[in-house]
Amino acid sequence: MTEGIDRQLPSPAPAVVPETEPFWAATAEGRLLLPRCAACATVIWYPKGICPECGSLDIGWVEASGEGEVYTFTVSRRGEGAYLDAGPFVLAYVELDEGPRVMTNIVGCSPESVRIGLRVRAVFDDTGQGSALVRFAPVER
Amino acid sequence: MSIRGQAFIAGAYEHPRRKIPDRSVAQIHAEVAVGALADAGLSFSDVDAYFTVDQTGLGAITLAEYLGLKVSYIDSTLTGGSSYLVHVGHAAAAIAAGKCNVALITLGGHVRPAPGVGRAPGVGTPHGPFEEVYGVTTVNNYALAARRHMYEFGTTSEQLAEVKVAASHHAQYNPDALLPNVVTVEEVLASPLVADPLHRLDSCVMTDGGGALVVVSPAVAKTLDRTCVKVLGQGEAPKHTMNGRVDVTYTGAVWSGPMAFAEAGVTVADVDYASIYDSFTITVIETIEDLGFCEKGRGGDFVLDGGLISPTGRLPFNTDGGGLCNNHPVNQGGMTKVIEAVRQLRGEARPEVQVPDCEIALAHGSGGRISSRMGSSTLVLGREDA
Repeated sequence: MTEGIDRQLPSPAPAVVPETEPFWAATAEGRLLLPRCAACATVIWYPKGICPECGSLDIGWVEASGEGEVYTFTVSRRGEGAYLDAGPFVLAYVELDEGPRVMTNIVGCSPESVRIGLRVRAVFDDTGQGSALVRFAPVER
Repeated sequence: MSIRGQAFIAGAYEHPRRKIPDRSVAQIHAEVAVGALADAGLSFSDVDAYFTVDQTGLGAITLAEYLGLKVSYIDSTLTGGSSYLVHVGHAAAAIAAGKCNVALITLGGHVRPAPGVGRAPGVGTPHGPFEEVYGVTTVNNYALAARRHMYEFGTTSEQLAEVKVAASHHAQYNPDALLPNVVTVEEVLASPLVADPLHRLDSCVMTDGGGALVVVSPAVAKTLDRTCVKVLGQGEAPKHTMNGRVDVTYTGAVWSGPMAFAEAGVTVADVDYASIYDSFTITVIETIEDLGFCEKGRGGDFVLDGGLISPTGRLPFNTDGGGLCNNHPVNQGGMTKVIEAVRQLRGEARPEVQVPDCEIALAHGSGGRISSRMGSSTLVLGREDA
């Protein structure tokens, strides 16, 4: 049951554009930023330059708690691209305490121990290119 | 304006092959176009509207040129596997508006390159960098939906497997089916997990191939010897992640279904046969719930006891064997969904699976990925005299 606990998943670098550069720059510092609409205060996901609720183009950033819980997950046994030889890994949506459900991986535990509702906290896996992937590990009790 | 009764499907043709390495993509389009026009009793010179998804960067123009078409109406709408149901609806609307009289719709090609063929994560889409870096694939994306559906509604792997079992029961009568062997629930559960809870046998086949449809005006339909199928209603609805409030337990069918039923003036109780998009077994379970064939969350119960098996089940579905067993050309199964519905309404399905006295048929297409962003389109068709 310990397989996967210390195994490193691939960390392919995302394509970064000016619109999303603050998000990725923060990840490299171990911080999770969320876009928030300056007009209607809606928290936005995924990061983008427009508020999908009110249409405002005035978007700011707020720092997230980094905690949430697993909304759904799968143990994916056949990867593609950078994950072709990764072995089994957990793909999940985590519902952040701030609201958005974000696609991610669950790490730091055996895939068999992941459950819907599991409390998790963000960890940051360096891509080596000025960004880090935001993954989640179980909150220690 | 409604499209009800304003257009008829006069020609339908499914490419008989499942592996076609010796043909170019354009050649496959040509072969299915010839097949569908011959089925209708029409020729290329009759065609004044052309529909196909964009595979070339110049929409339908490239293939219109290849096929030698001179048309006054083109549409290259791409909504994944649901594209061809959308095309039928758009063709009917264009005909109803007087823009054209004979619309040709084609799909053709080879299945996508093998997994692992390099693609930089997320390049070119705004969402990609926040998803693809985590290893999302088509299968594991659908698995996210299956897991949550099980959690919320108690759906089981055995219930998912029943969908595949029913499809395989139909495929045994289709000599063109890629997988003609009947399988059991136990065999589905014993097949390798690709992304749990989805097994290999919960997944559709991957095939080369194609198909074509000819949609005509009522005036043209009257001149044809061929039995036509009446277009009664169509709905289309994209569904996406809704600003981080993604809910993977339902599909866009919750919107496209009511639109199509309202336009057609029928209800689920009137549907004699349904082609339900079956990229994965979970796709079918969620879709039949969302279309209203059963209560939300009860799709797993609905498919038990041969519920989907023709002609005796509660809802005879995918009598060609569907994408799960027969054919899923170019990963876009919407075309074959319409074609089998046409066969049923003409009384030309395989005798063992023909629904007796089939008057109203539904075809539903999905596209993209159920747990992120997807296209949905529902088409309601009736017999010529419906």
